[in-house]
Amino acid sequence: MTTTVTATAALALGDDALVLSHRLGEWAGHAPVLEEEVALANIALDLLGQARVLLSTAGDEDELAYLREERAFTNLQLVEQPNGDFAHTIARQLYFSTYQHLLYARLAVTDGEFAPLAAKAVKEVAYHRDHAEQWTLRLGDGTGLSHERMQRACDALWRFTGEMFLPVEGLAVDGEQLRSAWLESVSGVLRRATLTVPEGPQSGAWTAGAGRQGLHTEPFGRMLAEMQHLHRSHPGASW
Amino acid sequence: MATAAAHRTAQAQDASGGAADTGAHQHAFDAAVAAEERIEPRDWMPDAYRATLVRQIAQHAHSEIIGMQPEANWITRAPSLRRKAILMAKVQDEAGHGLYLYSAAETLGVGRDELLDKLHSGSQKYSSIFNYPTLTWADVGAIGWLVDGAAITNQVPLCRCSYGPYARAMVRVCKEESFHQRQGYELLLALSRGTAEQHAMAQDAVDRWWWPSLMMFGPPDDASRHSAQSMAWKIKRHSNDELRQRFVDICVPQAESLGLTLPDPDLRWNEERGHHDFGAIDWTEFHEVLKGNGPCNEQRITQRRRAHEEGAWVREAAAAHAAKHSGETGVKQA
Repeated sequence: MTTTVTATAALALGDDALVLSHRLGEWAGHAPVLEEEVALANIALDLLGQARVLLSTAGDEDELAYLREERAFTNLQLVEQPNGDFAHTIARQLYFSTYQHLLYARLAVTDGEFAPLAAKAVKEVAYHRDHAEQWTLRLGDGTGLSHERMQRACDALWRFTGEMFLPVEGLAVDGEQLRSAWLESVSGVLRRATLTVPEGPQSGAWTAGAGRQGLHTEPFGRMLAEMQHLHRSHPGASW
Repeated sequence: MATAAAHRTAQAQDASGGAADTGAHQHAFDAAVAAEERIEPRDWMPDAYRATLVRQIAQHAHSEIIGMQPEANWITRAPSLRRKAILMAKVQDEAGHGLYLYSAAETLGVGRDELLDKLHSGSQKYSSIFNYPTLTWADVGAIGWLVDGAAITNQVPLCRCSYGPYARAMVRVCKEESFHQRQGYELLLALSRGTAEQHAMAQDAVDRWWWPSLMMFGPPDDASRHSAQSMAWKIKRHSNDELRQRFVDICVPQAESLGLTLPDPDLRWNEERGHHDFGAIDWTEFHEVLKGNGPCNEQRITQRRRAHEEGAWVREAAAAHAAKHSGETGVKQA
């Protein structure tokens, strides 16, 4: 595998999309309402489509998805976090889709290698962001119980958000500018949803947002074990 | 056209006259069905026709959403990204079919919540085929090829069903199902032509799914409770045994192309009949699974109930939010 600057960036973005798509795929058959079965699967499919394009830029999509060890994945820790309840899934969607939308909107207007992909993906991601914002409003400003759960989810995932703004080799994007745009947008949605913007640090103390360096959280290994076992059980087979 | 006019006249009488003459309604309805016209939601229809449709459409909708479970079982383990995308899209289509079908049932005056309650309490059924487990990846292919293949054989004639909303929903459902059937076939073909282990996996799946797929057409004609009336109403167009025979005749050459065998020693071409003869179906198994004694009945309904119960707070939040903000979408009042 070549480890050009472009490949490094393609893997980072591709792994984000691949891993989040997988997590959303876990909802199939478990969603709270039939419309959300359709919506979550749709978002998962969009992300899987993006992942396949990005991983193919860096190498063979299946080798990269199925044959790398945990430490070789460079996705954000945010996207590997377990689904939790529906509020956790929505908080993760809100944080990630806002980031991805802002990022792709910037990449789409550059003349870099990712511009064509970003230009297409930004339209999909606009829907993901809208979906997450609408549900944040419903849960935050719904019942007492839903408010409490949504606040808890936003608080719990907050410490995984700082990593999104660290520089990624090969992506010509200003991280601090991205952070302030993200913070403004997310804070606005949370306030409209009658939720409190979390005040804690945006990075955990130990791993400190090191997903991009291949340091992940415990649930990720199990996720990969499940995802990769069949492929790895039949070395060299085609499917 | 005269029939349609008579039909509309009956409707008009009903709207204006109050105690309308049921005989005239029945006559108009019968004439519309005989003339291959579609019965629409606002048309008069016999209570038993409505009840039959509600039962059938609800069972079909329930089958779509329960049917998501055995296949979703493999989404997280799909062995290539291409297969994963195909499988996720398929499971999503099933959720979509559930939505159209619950909407078709709503045109008959029953809401989705009411139908889901009946599914969860066990008073309405779903297709028994989904009470079998998906044990290997090849089962995803066998479901596509055989289960969706059987479903299409059953459902294509429903596109001409006398009840308009159901017939129209089935047009779209059948298009998507035929896509799923081809994808399942193609998945099995890749396995059959793959390594020895993959080939064995495919054969094992076909061995397990063949007989349950034949049972999907329902009991034999002489034991089918609802068939005669449904045929007269043109909800159903062909008998269970006719459709089952058609399915067997389609599958035999496809199995040969796949390089897989069908697990029936009595399966052979009958020149005289122009059809394949096949072995006796184990109807005891069918009735046992129907009664709740299949391998996954408990698991399927438990997962469905749990998803519904665990999602209650989300649905309540959405309703509460909508109620709080109901005035905001229209023109703001001073």
